[in-house]
Amino acid sequence: MNTKTIHIVYTDDAFLLKGVEKARAQGFIIGEVYSPFPVHGLDQALGLKKSRLSIAAFVYGSLGLLVAAWLTYYTMIVDWPQNFGGKPNATFWLNSPSFVPTLFEFTIFFAAHLLVLTFLWRSKLFPFKKADNPNPRTTSDQFLLEIEVPTTALIQVESLFAETHPLHIAIIEENTDE
Amino acid sequence: MSQNNPPHTEDILLQGAKSYLSVSDDISAIVEAKTSRTWWLCMGAALAFLAWGGYCMYLTLTEGIGVWGLNKTVGWAWDITNFVWWVGIGHAGTLISAVLLLFRQKWRLAINRSAEAMTIFAVLQASIFPIIHMGRPWKVFWNIPYPNTMGSLWVNFNSPLLWDVLAISTYLSVSLVFWWIGLLPDFAMLRDKVKSKYKQKLYALMSFGWVGTAKNWQRFEEVSLTLAGLATALVVSVHTIVSFDFATSVVPGWHTTIFPPYFVAGAIFSGFAMVNVLLILTRKACRLESYITPYHFDKMNLVMLVTSCIIGVAYLSELFMAWYSGNPAEQYAFLNRIAGPYAWGYWIMISCNVILPQVLWSKKIRYNLWATFIISIFINVGMWFERFVIIVTSLHRDNLPSSWTMFSPTYVDIGIFLGTIGFFFALFLLYARTFPLIAQAELKTVLKTSAESFAVADSQNSTTDEH
Repeated sequence: MNTKTIHIVYTDDAFLLKGVEKARAQGFIIGEVYSPFPVHGLDQALGLKKSRLSIAAFVYGSLGLLVAAWLTYYTMIVDWPQNFGGKPNATFWLNSPSFVPTLFEFTIFFAAHLLVLTFLWRSKLFPFKKADNPNPRTTSDQFLLEIEVPTTALIQVESLFAETHPLHIAIIEENTDE
Repeated sequence: MSQNNPPHTEDILLQGAKSYLSVSDDISAIVEAKTSRTWWLCMGAALAFLAWGGYCMYLTLTEGIGVWGLNKTVGWAWDITNFVWWVGIGHAGTLISAVLLLFRQKWRLAINRSAEAMTIFAVLQASIFPIIHMGRPWKVFWNIPYPNTMGSLWVNFNSPLLWDVLAISTYLSVSLVFWWIGLLPDFAMLRDKVKSKYKQKLYALMSFGWVGTAKNWQRFEEVSLTLAGLATALVVSVHTIVSFDFATSVVPGWHTTIFPPYFVAGAIFSGFAMVNVLLILTRKACRLESYITPYHFDKMNLVMLVTSCIIGVAYLSELFMAWYSGNPAEQYAFLNRIAGPYAWGYWIMISCNVILPQVLWSKKIRYNLWATFIISIFINVGMWFERFVIIVTSLHRDNLPSSWTMFSPTYVDIGIFLGTIGFFFALFLLYARTFPLIAQAELKTVLKTSAESFAVADSQNSTTDEH
């Protein structure tokens, strides 16, 4: 490998954004960005793809609706078409107003829970997961930009990023991240 | 922030000079601090109430529902009153965290965490009542449509009480995950900040290994927004379904189409009142005065004023429709509320819910925390009576005069209610000692724009332009 990992630490989100722009302009590969809060415009600056979680939630909600429709149809119309207080139950349609609350709650239940599980799964978050942020301050007040810099450009890094006001810049040795 | 008036010194979301670091310091100081004597005293009181409530529940389970004050005419009274009251209180949390997020209201940020905690603890209390008020609560699982050896014998999806099961379980579980997702970055902050090894382990477990990468944040925001959209629909549906317990009946005084929106408005009303009460105490006890400012209470009081007016209109609509219906049973039901043996309950409800909150038109009173505290307490009392009046006055005198009767609670009814209050406060006190009380990660996104002054931690960076 002829690149080195560089950690640039900022104390302000505006400077972080400048740093990201700088790194992209220089053609350095951005490994990761750690920030204590969602920085507005960071995903555009990094060129991150839009998240598809909301689409997933729509699919999950539709699934919940179908499950509830099947459940109410099967139990109330097909399996035991009983007379409950004169409610019409010859067809699903006739009894459908009574099923609306069930259909609605199942839709929300499936959409919300499967969305959250998908989020945790995609982001690899789970109980007992060891946190691997390189700097504990990045969860409270510091911003860390991790970039891959070719060894040839290593000497200029300090001066290149000086105008983005970093708190400090550190060269990380290979395979000694922790 | 205010355009026309001279700038109100209180119209700021964060008082004092705050930096990203000092916000984290303030939040973690609460969990690092030694547990105070006041906390133990409050916890002791809460646990005493809980123990008494637990004993009353034990009595109910072992002796039967007959230990309550219910009779053959009034089959629902304190149990369902308390259930609806607690569910209603829970609604403000979702309103604050979900609806205000959709409307991009920045003032939600300092209060959403506690409001959501309140939701979860209140809905937990509410969920006790549907189980404890059953004659055979050990068969509660029959509410679940699971395949079984009875044929399979299913549930009846026509019943609002079954819809309640679906609504409350969905509401509780979705609120819980919504709350927890929001907590991840704050638990991570505590994990990286607290001194003791034991606490580090605890917060590491609770933060699920959150590190705040750019992609994590992007997904976090998308999930928050999507969940907020779902929770908004959910919050409206849950209290609607709770109101269906009454509205779909044939009882005069219950059979009303106005109930769904009117119950939801009442839920927001009582919920905000409870948030006010809890936050006025919490900000004092945890020294969060610079985060939860009079400005927040002004906003919450405004919401209470609006919802008070909505339920005022609903009360009037009910009266008008009763008169306009020409239905003697309906007319009598309302006459009985106004001037019957429970008229005192009706007038407590009217004075606490409609008349008293009108003082909130005054900006001075909205900014006054003492006034807010007292009014909020009265609103919670009034909203309890609203549910009591709707349930009991409609039941104790309905279509057949020969089954008219009265209702009075026994000490067991009252004990269980007090027990849930104790349980609620015990949970809230535990929360206030161990959880990040303010959604600090999200609050930091508005720090530069909404704080009284933004202190840049590192002075060498403060000279240059921002944005």
